[in-house]
This record gives sequence, C-alpha cells and structure tokens, in this order.
Amino acid sequence: MKVIYKRELGSYFQSMTGYSFIAFFTAITGIYFMAYNLNAGYPYFSYALSGVMFLLTIAIPILTMKCFAEERKSRSDQLLLTAPVSLFEIVSGKYLAMVTVFAVPNLIFCLFPLIIKSGGNAYLKVDYLSILTFFLMGCVYIAVGMFLSSLTESQIIAAVTTFGALLILFLWDSLIQFLPSSAMGSLISILVLLSLFVYMIHTMMKNWVVTGVLEAAVLIGNIGTYVWKASVYEGLLEKLLGKLSLYSVFTDIASNHLFDISGIVVYLSFIAVFVFLTMQSIQKRRWS
Amino acid sequence: MIEVKNLVKRYGTQVAVDHLNFTLEKGKIYGFLGPNGAGKSTTMNIMTGYLGATEGEVVINGHDILKEPEAAKKCIGYLPELPPLYTDMKVEEYLHFAAELKKIAKKDREGQIGRVMELTKLGDVRHRLIRNLSKGYRQRVGLAQAILGFPEIIILDEPTVGLDPKQIIEIRELIRELAKDHTVILSSHILAEISAVCDYILIISHGKLVASDTPEHLEMQMKGSERLLIYARGIQSVVEGILSQVPHIADVSYTVLEDGTTKAEILEEEGADIREELFYAFAENRCPLLEMTKTKATLENVFLELTQSEEQEAPVSEQTEESVESEEEADESDL
Repeated sequence: MKVIYKRELGSYFQSMTGYSFIAFFTAITGIYFMAYNLNAGYPYFSYALSGVMFLLTIAIPILTMKCFAEERKSRSDQLLLTAPVSLFEIVSGKYLAMVTVFAVPNLIFCLFPLIIKSGGNAYLKVDYLSILTFFLMGCVYIAVGMFLSSLTESQIIAAVTTFGALLILFLWDSLIQFLPSSAMGSLISILVLLSLFVYMIHTMMKNWVVTGVLEAAVLIGNIGTYVWKASVYEGLLEKLLGKLSLYSVFTDIASNHLFDISGIVVYLSFIAVFVFLTMQSIQKRRWS
Repeated sequence: MIEVKNLVKRYGTQVAVDHLNFTLEKGKIYGFLGPNGAGKSTTMNIMTGYLGATEGEVVINGHDILKEPEAAKKCIGYLPELPPLYTDMKVEEYLHFAAELKKIAKKDREGQIGRVMELTKLGDVRHRLIRNLSKGYRQRVGLAQAILGFPEIIILDEPTVGLDPKQIIEIRELIRELAKDHTVILSSHILAEISAVCDYILIISHGKLVASDTPEHLEMQMKGSERLLIYARGIQSVVEGILSQVPHIADVSYTVLEDGTTKAEILEEEGADIREELFYAFAENRCPLLEMTKTKATLENVFLELTQSEEQEAPVSEQTEESVESEEEADESDL
C-alpha cells in the first residue's frame, strides 16, 4: 500500500495536477474568506466554506479522473495487478494519495480561523469542525470519483460523469423535494426502486429462484404494509433518501452549529461503499 | 513449475482460449507460437493473474493463481505486450517502484536494480524520463522490470517487438542467460524468433494447443512430407519414361512449365535416397536435369500446416519424454 501511495502522490506533483488543484482551491477559498470574513467582518470561517462548497463538484473530478482510467489506458495496471499486492492495497493506496492532495488545502484552511482570531472574536470549535466535515465530504466525493474513473478508460468520461454525480449529490436536498410524497406515490416509487435492485441482483446471480423469491418478498411485504397501514408510506421516500443527504451534514455544523455524528457515519459509510465498488469494478473487468 | 488445466476464456460468445492444458517444467525456455489473435496474450494474462479464466485453473509452483494470488505472483516476472510503464517516472525511479512493489527486501534493492540495468543495458538512460525514451528502450525497461527480483518464472509477451536486430540478438542472449536458472516463457508470432531460443514449442491456434514438442521433434513429424523436386528439360512423357526406370519411387506429380521444362515432385519410399540414380538415369537418356532439390520440412511448414487446418481438431503430437535434451541450434541466420 505504501509503495502505491508514494508513487501516486509523486505523480500528482510530477504533473501539474496536484499543484494546480491546491492553488485553485486555496485561491478561490481565499477570495471568499477575504470577502466574507475580512471585508464584511463575519466571524465564522464556516460561512466562507459553505460558499466554496460548489467548488468541490468541479475540482474533485479533476483530481480523480486519472486515477484508474489512465492506468487502464496505458496498460500500466498490468504491472500492479500482476504484482504480489492485493487489490485492496492498490485501491486504498490510490485513494489515500488523492485524500492527501485534498488535505493540503484543508490544512491551509486551518490558518484562516486563526487570522480571524487575531482580529477579534473567533469561533474556533465551529470553524475547525466545519473544516473537518468539509474535508470528509471531499473524501466522499473522491471515493465517488475514483469509482467512476475505474469504470472507464477515458479520463474525460470519468471527469464528466463524476461532475454529474457530484452535482446530483450537491443538489440532493432540493431534488428529493420533487419526489412524490403521497402514500401511493411513495409505495410505487419504492417498489420500482426495489425491483430495480432485485433485477441488479438477478443480472449478477442469474438465478431465477432467488430473484423470484426476492421480488415476491418485496411485493408482498410492501403491499401488505400499505394495506395494513398506508400512513407509513406518507413522505417515506423523501425521508429515506433524505438520510443520504451529504450536504445537510455540512450545513448543520456550518450554519446551525450542530455537529452531527450520524452524518459523519453516513460519510464514512459512503467512502467504504465506494472503495468497495471500485474494487468490484476492477475485479469485474478481469472476469468479463 | 506451471500447470495449466483445462483453461477456457470466453469474451461473450467468442472463445479466446479453448480448453488449454499443459505443464511447464523448471529451467527451460518455452515458446508460445501462434498467429495473431490465437490467444497467446490472453493465456499469459491469465497465467499471471491479470485476467480471470472462465474455466480451469493455473497452478504456479503449487500455488493456485486465484486462491493464493500473492504467493503465486511472487514467483512470476511478467512483461506484457505493451510494457506497463509510468511515463512520468525516470527509469531508475520506476525500477525502484517496481522493486518495492515486488516486495524485494530493502537491502537487496539497490544491488538488484543495478544488476538488472546492467543486463538490459539501461545504464545510459537511468536518469531520463520514460516518456522521452524510444520504443526499444521502453521495451528494455519493461524487460528490466520483469526480471527484477529474479523470479523463478519469467513470462515475456513478444519481448523483441520494436527492437533492432542487434538488440534482438542481445535480448536472446539475455534470455538464454536467464534460462540457466529460471523458467522462461515467451510468445511470438515469428517463427525464427521462437526456434532460435526455445527448448520447447507450444503452438496455439484459435485458442487451442495444436502441438507441443521440441523444435527437432516437430520437424521430424513432418518428415512424411519430404519431397524431391526436379526440373528437367523435356516434355512430361519423356520425364515419366525416365522416372519409371528408377526404383524406390512411391509417388510422382508433374507440372509442365511454360518454358518447356517439366517439374516433378517425387515422394521416395521410406528410407530410400534416389538422388544419384536419378542423376544417372537422366544422364543416360540425355535429358538435361536443370535442378534437383530436397524440400526439407521446416518449422515453417509445421507451423503453417497446424495453424491453417482449423477444422483438424485432434492435437497433432503427444508430449514426449521430458529428458530429451535438445541441442539448441541457435540459428542467427534466420533473422
């Protein structure tokens, strides 16, 4: 793991990617910091951070696009995959290298609350927790980007799909408001989603018995519950998907000064899921 | 030692490798020979654990490549078709990375890298970016990476592609040198390449193993197709008449050429050599014999015969005794 981590990190700074990523991030955040905190005199750095949130959707794809797509294109993945290292070491080495690059601007951000403090009142606890949440959210985005990069040979496709996916995550809270909130609407949407999930399992296992049993369980369970107590389904979909909201975890700390441990758990689970999916997508490529 | 059992690889409906079976012994040079798209690279990719097989198994020194991948991969050095290089690294830096990746002990790394660079003659370019190297040098960096750590088994997929003739000879020397205490497997679609260095040839066509034997045995098999070819000035009936006087002829086929000469392809009886008698027979009849050649079965013939007759299912040869020491006929003139 260490050897892959070192090489990846080196390659970010061998090319301009690492430097430009850090410079871009720090510069834009600096502008927001200057405008909100220094000029307008608002004592929370977390406010400036919420302003640069959208930057993640643009900057993270640039960081992650090359990680697996480039290797696959140049066939250098053959070296890694035929070397006596496990797939987990390869994926986690690369992931940690990207996280390290992303950590550099975040460490620079840690100076900003101190600058505010030197000029008067500062709320260090809130600001540092905001930076931590911001960093973890970036880590989730990196995991998503890494997964999408492992699916393709083209860096451009990786970058564009990552941008799309991150935009959806960014707008998640607004998007789920469009979902049907009536009990019937929720039931139908949930049935559709679960059936899709069952179909996905079917494509993997190709076993009609398992698929049939699962689908029957989904249909009977949901319709049964609906007949028994329809009110359960009111706004259920929105509530369930709302749990996956990444952005609200950050706004909780940045605007409402609430540190949401369960939100952090959601972040970490997201990271674990996407690291796992990356490994699966590489495995799948070997077998198809 | 490598055992490949019943290996199958399908891409959708296309079968790239079709029930491949073979066992490779230690300390020999094996050649995978086959036309483009025969499944050589796929087989090598499966053997090294880069690809998964649809069916069958690969056992490297007793370690199954799927069940104990790390132990199995430790015994292998692999140079794929395209050398797996990081073009943003310098040669020495890259080899350091590869050495660490292969888990070579820290104290041995420097020595090993120096040794490998010496063997592949990379000393001059050690501080250059791989991106700026020519194809031949890149190939050598790939080769250096493969032999780094001196694993027991070295697998080279078309190792001499893109090299100039002098480098090809150097690489062959290197392969022979390595074969003294390693098993080397190399693939090529060029026959001269394989017959120059390999102790044992595996001919693959359409994903199947169509023949596996030493170069000498493969040639021997084709003995039956040896023909005596003559060109005589005279019409066919004259030539026929003369040939009917010569004993030990099993079969003749004639072609009359435009310039009035007759070409006859003669199949001799087993063990007979009729060249002298032929000469005197034609001389007595005052019919000028323009040319007489014995067509020797070459590996070329074997190769074409085996790879072109696609319908012919049955494997042509059985494995012969392992103890056959093949004198290597390094035929540089084949180049």
